[in-house]
Amino acid sequence: MPKITYIENSGNSQTIEVANGLTVMEGAVQNDIPGIDADCGGGMACATCHVYVNEEWFDKMPKKEDGEEDMLDMAFEPKKNSRLSCQIIVSDELDGLIVSTPSKQG
Amino acid sequence: MIKTDTLIIGAGPVGLFCIHQLGIIGLKCEVVDNLDKIGGQCIELYPDKPIYDIPAVPECTGEELTNNLIEQIKAFKTNFHLNERVEEIKKVEKKWIIKTNKGTEFEASSIIIAAGVGSFEPRKFPTKEIEKYEGKQILYSIRDKKVFKDKAITIFGGGDSALDWAIELSNTSKVILVHRRDEFRGMQASIDKVNQLKEEGKIKVYTKYQLDSVKGSDKIENINIKHDDKTIKEIKTDYVLGFFGLIMKLGPIAEWGLNLDKKTIPVNTESFETNKEGIFAIGDICSYPGKLKLILSGFHEGALAARGCFKYAKPDEKYRFEFTTSSKTVKDRLGVKE
Repeated sequence: MPKITYIENSGNSQTIEVANGLTVMEGAVQNDIPGIDADCGGGMACATCHVYVNEEWFDKMPKKEDGEEDMLDMAFEPKKNSRLSCQIIVSDELDGLIVSTPSKQG
Repeated sequence: MIKTDTLIIGAGPVGLFCIHQLGIIGLKCEVVDNLDKIGGQCIELYPDKPIYDIPAVPECTGEELTNNLIEQIKAFKTNFHLNERVEEIKKVEKKWIIKTNKGTEFEASSIIIAAGVGSFEPRKFPTKEIEKYEGKQILYSIRDKKVFKDKAITIFGGGDSALDWAIELSNTSKVILVHRRDEFRGMQASIDKVNQLKEEGKIKVYTKYQLDSVKGSDKIENINIKHDDKTIKEIKTDYVLGFFGLIMKLGPIAEWGLNLDKKTIPVNTESFETNKEGIFAIGDICSYPGKLKLILSGFHEGALAARGCFKYAKPDEKYRFEFTTSSKTVKDRLGVKE
């Protein structure tokens, strides 16, 4: 199973196996990773699953769909490497992915 | 003081259907919601998105679902207190006294919390030093646009609220619009208008910039905005407006002595009562083993919570189960003419 590393704003980091097909958001929520709220449950409607994707990985990710960038406008402290973790689907290609959570989601 | 049987917090689909369930068993209710309209997340987050798992409704949008629910409860002539948030609750003898942030007071024998993930609040700037200016020079909504006359206003955001206010205020104020990327997500006509005003020199637009810091003592003197390439620009401004949409916050509910599990309220699955007698929780905000965050589950939860409220509203009466198809009493309550 692909391994995803979640780094909290405090510096704490956890590496977790997340099954292919799940989203990076689901991997976090199912494993009680703090810092990802996912209030709308993955509907790309709230921007509270916002993460920063490690620079090396950012360009390797599947591109953002329409609407994700719009939602990111509303995220807390969006940066160039911001993504909504509910829109990142885990696959073998993403094995080793590193994402960081913002200091808060809103 | 408004006296009623049950106060419902939250006018989303689950709160709306619960009005129906209270209504058919003869209980009155009032509803409070912090949004300016009825419908909760269905209206605020996904009015146009189709929903496919409402029983017997193969497909409907959040807006259609809301409109149908409003139609279904029409007979009960329920009062909605919109733009209000319940702040305080207190038990006096056998009644709950409920106060909102606008000072409205209710007396009810029970409370049903159908508040989803909490109340919708404006999203704020992440910048640390802004707090002391919030509500004064840093604003997230506009009550009286006259205060901006002849002032320098910096507006942050890329959606319709930001664009509309930039256009509107450019008539009377010096407006700068700042957005984190090149594309705006508002209506094309508004985007075109902003571009036109920019050409005419009536609005300044800075894209790929975000707020970096705020300088001043009692009052803001200037702000720094930072480009994607890290360069900083200083702006002299009187007011800073942020339009970043809404976020859901649990808010005062957390202070009422209810058991909380993360951001949800544990309930029993017989009546959806919480650890506090006479307070029920239904929909996304409640939790119990096997909980599914589905609208259809919320409808069931509301039906049982309504029955749970009965004994508090009418302690001397015995609740009688009746079908809407056959009960004359229920049909009368629904205003059905035969």
